[in-house]
Amino acid sequence: MRKKRRSGLKESAIKAFFFTSGILAVLVLLGIFLTLVATSFPAFREIKLGEFFLNTRWDPTSPEKAEYGLLSMIMSTLMVTAGALVLAVPIGIGVAAYLSDVAHWRVREILKPVVEILAGIPSVVVGFIGIVLFGPAIAKVFHIGNGLNALNGSILLAIMALPTIISISEDSLNAVPRAYSEASLALGASRWQTLVRVKLPAGLSGIIAAVMLGMGRAIGETMTVLMATGNARSFPHGFLEAVRTMTANIAIELGEVPYYTTHYYALFAIGLVLFVMTFAVNLIADVVLNKYQEREQ
Amino acid sequence: MNSAETAIKIRTRDLDFYYGAARALKKVSVDCHDRKVTAIIGPSGCGKSTFIRTLNRMNDVIAGTRVDGEILIDGQNINAPEVDVVELRRRVGMVFQKPNPFPKSIYDNIAYGLRINGMRDRRKLEETVEKSLRGAALWDEVKDRLDENAFALSGGQQQRLCIARSLAVEPEVILFDEPCSAIDPIATAKVEDLIERLKSTYTVVIVTHNMQQAARVSDYTAFMMLGELVEFDQTEKIFTNPANKLTEDYITGRFG
Repeated sequence: MRKKRRSGLKESAIKAFFFTSGILAVLVLLGIFLTLVATSFPAFREIKLGEFFLNTRWDPTSPEKAEYGLLSMIMSTLMVTAGALVLAVPIGIGVAAYLSDVAHWRVREILKPVVEILAGIPSVVVGFIGIVLFGPAIAKVFHIGNGLNALNGSILLAIMALPTIISISEDSLNAVPRAYSEASLALGASRWQTLVRVKLPAGLSGIIAAVMLGMGRAIGETMTVLMATGNARSFPHGFLEAVRTMTANIAIELGEVPYYTTHYYALFAIGLVLFVMTFAVNLIADVVLNKYQEREQ
Repeated sequence: MNSAETAIKIRTRDLDFYYGAARALKKVSVDCHDRKVTAIIGPSGCGKSTFIRTLNRMNDVIAGTRVDGEILIDGQNINAPEVDVVELRRRVGMVFQKPNPFPKSIYDNIAYGLRINGMRDRRKLEETVEKSLRGAALWDEVKDRLDENAFALSGGQQQRLCIARSLAVEPEVILFDEPCSAIDPIATAKVEDLIERLKSTYTVVIVTHNMQQAARVSDYTAFMMLGELVEFDQTEKIFTNPANKLTEDYITGRFG
């Protein structure tokens, strides 16, 4: 009897441990969110919501009239992210398909770890490469004075998002049951047809998740874009203009802003907007994933 | 029935097959007659699935495998370098052990093989889909729900869908790799009826671990053990008067 009670105790202790670790993640997320909300809120005593989201001028330290318009930076973030995805998604899916379907197993043994190491390169190093390598190259190709612009940021973020996209897409292609590809091949489909018509659609949920995760990384990345995009505060009209993303702006200004001023609170408000954006991306990814999985079952 | 009366569709000669260093088939020589059903029986691991998968070169997708000896279909060596494996597989269809429909609609499952061969005409697609489903005795059960996902069908229906899917590309040979091992007895009976009807048009090779099934559906039976062909003859002869002691022991249930 006693032994039984003891094992029951152990059981509930283990249960409690896992419950606590699970709930901890939720608490941390909630804590971050509430801190952001609480610290952002005072900003809106002075800034109108309409101005914050629709004004393109961000000039909080102006001696005449401080302006808190976020639109240019939202636009910059979206542009750099979209550009990164346009570059990274086709390449990423292509490499994933190559690794899972075409490459000789020896090539795969080498290439896969290399791709994963790529994920470990510090963002400051990527930014450095943007400054010394891609920047001058872009300037030369497009005959412009300075290559530190949105395009440069997009290229670098694409490089940073690639490992995530490749490795998760490859996992999801590999998880497609072999029975599907065998069925397709047995009907006289070529390997290419099997990949495009059977494997990619069947692995689509994982590929979408991979793209969303890559996108999350691109939206939130700070150091690289701070170094390589030129940081101009004006509204961007093209990829060859210097831009300042929301993340870069927070990083640049938070170190010098006087505490507990409207400017200080406004920087947290930018953080909140970023948080909501990444949260939305993840939520959409989740919904899409569930929808596809339901349909497959 | 005399074996000389019908033409031989598939002929294997001294067929060896290796997974890496392991030899899975040893000098297997079998003749599959045109528009007849040839059954391959034998205990688990005897190489019967490996054998049937060499006939449409399905083993090509497994790394490190090697074939020796000859497989002739209509006199043509299918492992010759000039043979297009895609074309071969269109001629030699296959139905697998576990029903494996695509995660698509019933209609799209059948249309898949047609579309990859470039058929775009909607009317023709629809006609062929209906013809194939009728051919697999599934039309009446699914004609009102062609847009539904194939996974909504029962296991037996899924297997007949897979048969219909291979019929759609109009193969000459259909290989069945233990087609009934994952479905219930009633569904099995339906598939067996179907095989009986298919042989008027197609050459059928079926792997089965169920001896009664081999006796019911096949005209010729090959008995394999440990990668070797023990005996090959007309089914009636194998089951009533086998020449080899091993065959007799196996079909009477003394081992296996």
